[in-house]
Amino acid sequence: MSDDVSRRQFFVKVGVVLNGLAAVVLATPVIGYLLAPILRAEGGQYRKWIDLGELDEFPEGQTRLAKYKNPISNAWDGDTDEIPCWVRRAQGETFQVFAVNCAHLGCPVRWFPQSGLFMCPCHGGVYYRDGSRASGPPPRGLFEYPYKVEGGHLMIKGGELPTLASPSASLNKGSTGCQG
Amino acid sequence: MSRLAKIGDWFEQRLKIAPVVEETMGHRVPSQSASWFYVFGSAAFTVLLVQIFTGIMLALIYVPSAGQAWQSLQYLNHGVTLGWYLRAVHGWGSNFMVALVLIHMVQVALFGAYKFPRELTWIIGVFLLLMTLGMAFTGQVMRFDQDAYWGLGIGASICGRVPFIGAKVVHLLLGGPIIAGDTLSRFFAFHVFVIPGLLIAFVSVHLLMVLKLGINDWPMPGRLVHRSSYVKEYEELTKKDGVPFVPDAVWKDMIFASAVIGCVLVCAAVYGPYGPSGIPDPTIVQTVPKPDFFFQWLYALLAFLPPQMETPALLIGPVVILAWLILLPFFAGEGEKSWKRRPIAVVIILLAAVTLGTLTHLASYTPWSPIMDAWSGDPVPVQYLNGRTPLERQGAAIFQEKQCRNCHSIGGTGGMRGPSLDSVAVRKTHAQLVRQVVQGGGNMPAYGKNLNPAEVAALVSFLDTLHPPNQLGARDAAAQISDESDHFATGSGKQ
Repeated sequence: MSDDVSRRQFFVKVGVVLNGLAAVVLATPVIGYLLAPILRAEGGQYRKWIDLGELDEFPEGQTRLAKYKNPISNAWDGDTDEIPCWVRRAQGETFQVFAVNCAHLGCPVRWFPQSGLFMCPCHGGVYYRDGSRASGPPPRGLFEYPYKVEGGHLMIKGGELPTLASPSASLNKGSTGCQG
Repeated sequence: MSRLAKIGDWFEQRLKIAPVVEETMGHRVPSQSASWFYVFGSAAFTVLLVQIFTGIMLALIYVPSAGQAWQSLQYLNHGVTLGWYLRAVHGWGSNFMVALVLIHMVQVALFGAYKFPRELTWIIGVFLLLMTLGMAFTGQVMRFDQDAYWGLGIGASICGRVPFIGAKVVHLLLGGPIIAGDTLSRFFAFHVFVIPGLLIAFVSVHLLMVLKLGINDWPMPGRLVHRSSYVKEYEELTKKDGVPFVPDAVWKDMIFASAVIGCVLVCAAVYGPYGPSGIPDPTIVQTVPKPDFFFQWLYALLAFLPPQMETPALLIGPVVILAWLILLPFFAGEGEKSWKRRPIAVVIILLAAVTLGTLTHLASYTPWSPIMDAWSGDPVPVQYLNGRTPLERQGAAIFQEKQCRNCHSIGGTGGMRGPSLDSVAVRKTHAQLVRQVVQGGGNMPAYGKNLNPAEVAALVSFLDTLHPPNQLGARDAAAQISDESDHFATGSGKQ
């Protein structure tokens, strides 16, 4: 009788262990699935060069809004896979390509050619034409995407939403401009 | 035996539920706790039921796809019979639910309900508040419009401030490196599966504990809570002065809850559904994003914090507040319950209410935001142009054209980011105005590179005219004295 009970207790333990194993086996792919956005980011598919168009579209000395398709694009992205950026052609093949996202909290900054300022509608962050911080709460200048000129086309790396932690934040860091 | 009773009997033989129902309905509550102050939790629960029901109704039509969500909301508003009304009830229900959860929390805090033995009920309640706010934020994302898109951007920017793993946190939040289809899908999963599931589970435990431990007794000044004796005292109280929950207490819950639902339905009918605002197209940068009502205090706070304080406040602040709320019943689990003898509790709650109220009020007119079209839309008041020289009028044109108006108001219109300039000439001399325009400072950009000297001269000559008619503009006293002494010196030379 007592043998019988201990045998049943043993089988209960076997059952617990088997179910635990099953849980681990199930959890592994689930965790991999959940971490996919990070693992995919490590792959760097979004870091490839994006064509912004011919150089002629960006007159010298002007800053213009350009649009490009997100390098990782799906059919169900809708309007969200069109990404804007501000392109400033300083002179010749010297450009600055700014993210529209304010360095403070990511709201879209607007360019005012008359005063040569970018203004953010959310908390009043203001930047000079070279992207350096002019006033307001932003902790740094505008985020800049890396660019290159190839075959008469302007190419950028802009597949990531720039934040203070993102790689595109490495450009223009500490450029706070004239704070008066 | 009637036919109905027979059917009831048939079910009862199989379900065996009658004793539980009788025990729940008949459980005795202290007579003073059958009060109008004890109705907020049940009202919040009732609104939750409305939210679940209307949420399921909306899910019959809504398409959780970044490409089609906005169109499906338009279809709900305009194409489906009473779709607009269900959206409105769901939106207003969320407002009422957050409000009721907050009021309920204030009430139980003031009445010392978090003290022994109801510590865990309070802690679960804190998580219920978090989940309610989580539902409110993810719900705002479901209304996939411009505000939702840029609200996600703000969420990502806050996550990006996390040290070391910030970029990874952003990618996890958005489901990728940027706001796209995967972002809405995962917020949909959170809004309709994850958080509601947790919410229902936590509410169930919360309610079960209220039943098992009994509703908080009415706090009497001087009747202290002791771990050793409280349970016995509470039992005696309910025995001596208890009334059955049904009907003595429940009628107040029911009447208040139905009044609240009535308010939700009326608000929904009168004010209609929330948006959606413009299509979630990020290339339309001509937008002024703003969060929903219950997050506007945070939006305001982020305008006022000094830059170096923001990251600590955003990352450490919530942790401190949360830890304090969770630990509250552990360091204040015994003693006085009545708010009449707990002045610190009253002051903290009043302070929090005044702070949140003030910040929310400020967010209603966002004085920190530039008015992006003031420069092209707001007229210069006629009295500021009458009788002015051509140079001064040219200055007024420059004032408008260079977007000064976006941050500075004149004649009561324009931005409030910078000071109003209606009497700026009284505050600053000509030279000081030139310096301020050219070099900026005090949170104003320097305009030196964007104005040529002629434009500066015209602009400042206009600003010099901005003083009340019977009050002179500011003058440099030192310059005045030197002028006079020059005059005196010249005069004496003549003698």
